[in-house]
Amino acid sequence: MTVLLEVTNLRTEFTARAGLVRAVDGVSLQISRGECLGVVGESGSGKSVTFSSIMGLVRPPGHVTQGTIFFDGRDLRGMSAEEMRGVRGRDIAMTMQDALTALNPALTVGEQLAEVLIAHDETLPKGRAARRAAIRDRCVEMLGLVGIPSPDSRLRQYPHEFSGGMRQRIMIAIALACRPKLLIADEPTTALDVTIQAQVLELISDIRGQMGMAVALITHDLGVVAEHCDRVMVMYAGQVVEEGPTDDVISHPRHPYTRGLLASIPRPALRGQPLTPIKGQVPNLMGLAPQCRFHSRCPLAQPDCLVEVPMLSAGPGRRARCLRLEETS
Amino acid sequence: MSLSRLLERLLQLIPVLLGVSAIAFLMMALTPGDPVQIIIGDQSITPEQEAELRRGLGLDRSLLERFFIFLRNALQFDFGTSYYHRRPVSDVIAERLPATIELSLVALIVALVTAIPLGVLAAIRKNSILDRLATVGSLLGVSLPGFWFGLLLIMLFAVQLQILPVSGRIGYSSEVPTITGFLLIDTLLHRDLAAFGDALRHILLPAITLGLPMTAILMRVTRASMLEVLRQDYVTFADAKGLSRRRVLFRHALKNALIPTVSVAAIETGSLLGGNMIVEAVFGWPGLGRLVVESIFLRNYPLVQAAVLLYAVTYVLLNFVADILYTVLNPRVKL
Repeated sequence: MTVLLEVTNLRTEFTARAGLVRAVDGVSLQISRGECLGVVGESGSGKSVTFSSIMGLVRPPGHVTQGTIFFDGRDLRGMSAEEMRGVRGRDIAMTMQDALTALNPALTVGEQLAEVLIAHDETLPKGRAARRAAIRDRCVEMLGLVGIPSPDSRLRQYPHEFSGGMRQRIMIAIALACRPKLLIADEPTTALDVTIQAQVLELISDIRGQMGMAVALITHDLGVVAEHCDRVMVMYAGQVVEEGPTDDVISHPRHPYTRGLLASIPRPALRGQPLTPIKGQVPNLMGLAPQCRFHSRCPLAQPDCLVEVPMLSAGPGRRARCLRLEETS
Repeated sequence: MSLSRLLERLLQLIPVLLGVSAIAFLMMALTPGDPVQIIIGDQSITPEQEAELRRGLGLDRSLLERFFIFLRNALQFDFGTSYYHRRPVSDVIAERLPATIELSLVALIVALVTAIPLGVLAAIRKNSILDRLATVGSLLGVSLPGFWFGLLLIMLFAVQLQILPVSGRIGYSSEVPTITGFLLIDTLLHRDLAAFGDALRHILLPAITLGLPMTAILMRVTRASMLEVLRQDYVTFADAKGLSRRRVLFRHALKNALIPTVSVAAIETGSLLGGNMIVEAVFGWPGLGRLVVESIFLRNYPLVQAAVLLYAVTYVLLNFVADILYTVLNPRVKL
């Protein structure tokens, strides 16, 4: 499989009144064509900011200050704002956590779907009437693809006239309208009921298979990752702490943080026993010293952990940011 | 919005309008002083003659009866005779109304075309010099008294620079036969471009003066709501779709940001009527505002009463329009 997205040493900083917050610090990642990468981490771990940075959507006071982003052989960081607009929505698309707030309440669903096609699709016919008809057909087709019943009549409706699951599907339809090579799905199920969650994830998996697109699935649900992702990347306090093939990482986590995450998931077999939480708090991202960011909460921490820890090889196709890897093998 | 909802909403206006009419009526009826005595003055007349006069004016009836007669007449636009002009009040008002409506509309347009772009720019470039200037300017705009700002404009543009006229609606040299009463329209209907330009030059300073507080308020509303909207997920999502900056700002952000602006504009248009009295006085504008001020000094009650009713009805209707616009712009709200 060829590499589609390659990010090296990405750093994104936010200037706050109290100082500089390094929300993303030295993140490197790769996504191959057609691959599904799960990105796991708790709130504030930098997973969403990492992908906003890749899409060039970080707004002031945030700035990408370091690193390279290559997509399909093109240098995204070197692109002008205008060139980036040509990539967003066409080659890389994104869905957001809550479709209710991501869809514009004042515009019809049809308009919000059509405008992506108008912005990016050069294959649309030139004549006015033919163009309109083609756009309409494509919109109907997309809504049908994501399973909206009688899509023809629903194009004229507004987002509030749809249920939560339907809105999520509409957002996915918008994201997929131009058949992107990469879909960034930012917590696609967090705002949904459990039954609808499964449907939406199934839908993304199906379409991914049909279109052969790669997916970055941002989530804090390891169960979702286990079911849908080829590889997984665990983030903590702005850094990648572990990555590798999903099955390997979940069955045999190497980083103490990943181990803690997996241990804190409730399991039916352990009913009645207290859960094992990760003790302590996520460190403040402001003015962090160059040392392992997990050491204050880590059961394996030693004095020599207070140094900058690089990503170390942790088996075939696996890496982890920990000096105690021999203790977790 | 469905037609039945619209009708329902219109029916709700009736009690409000009744209340407003009652206040306008009582203002006249409860004012100290007996109109009959004022008319008689120093003349000596018999009690029979006085009773005759009272009956003739309808003042022998009960307050309630008189109110219903007032309502019935008002519905036929009959507000009695102006003491001063010795003509029906409705005729006198109809003569002056176009000048005031014209001035208010131009002021509204001036306010909208300056406030909305400024508010949007200030929001997009938050904390820039432009934003700060606009914020300070809007503070001045709401706090400067209209008569003082009008005089400043006259001193600068009419006296110092001598590029705009001091007062009036149109120069004496222009002769425009009345068709609609709106000079800007009538001059165009007569294809008299010189007169149109002249009328436009005359209306500019009063319209700016009248529209200034509204401009300031609308600018602030637009800036605040635009800032709020720009933070919304749907703006980020629109950006993530790779839409042009223009489309994100104007179609996605502004369409939502304008919802409060339009409602406030509709309501504030009512306040233009109040401002009219001062601005018309400063600029010698022959409109309703000046007529009302003169009539108050002359104790010309029927005219004042009719004007109060007119102002109140306009205000109520503008609020109604604001509600309608709000629903038209905001698909989530159903009346």
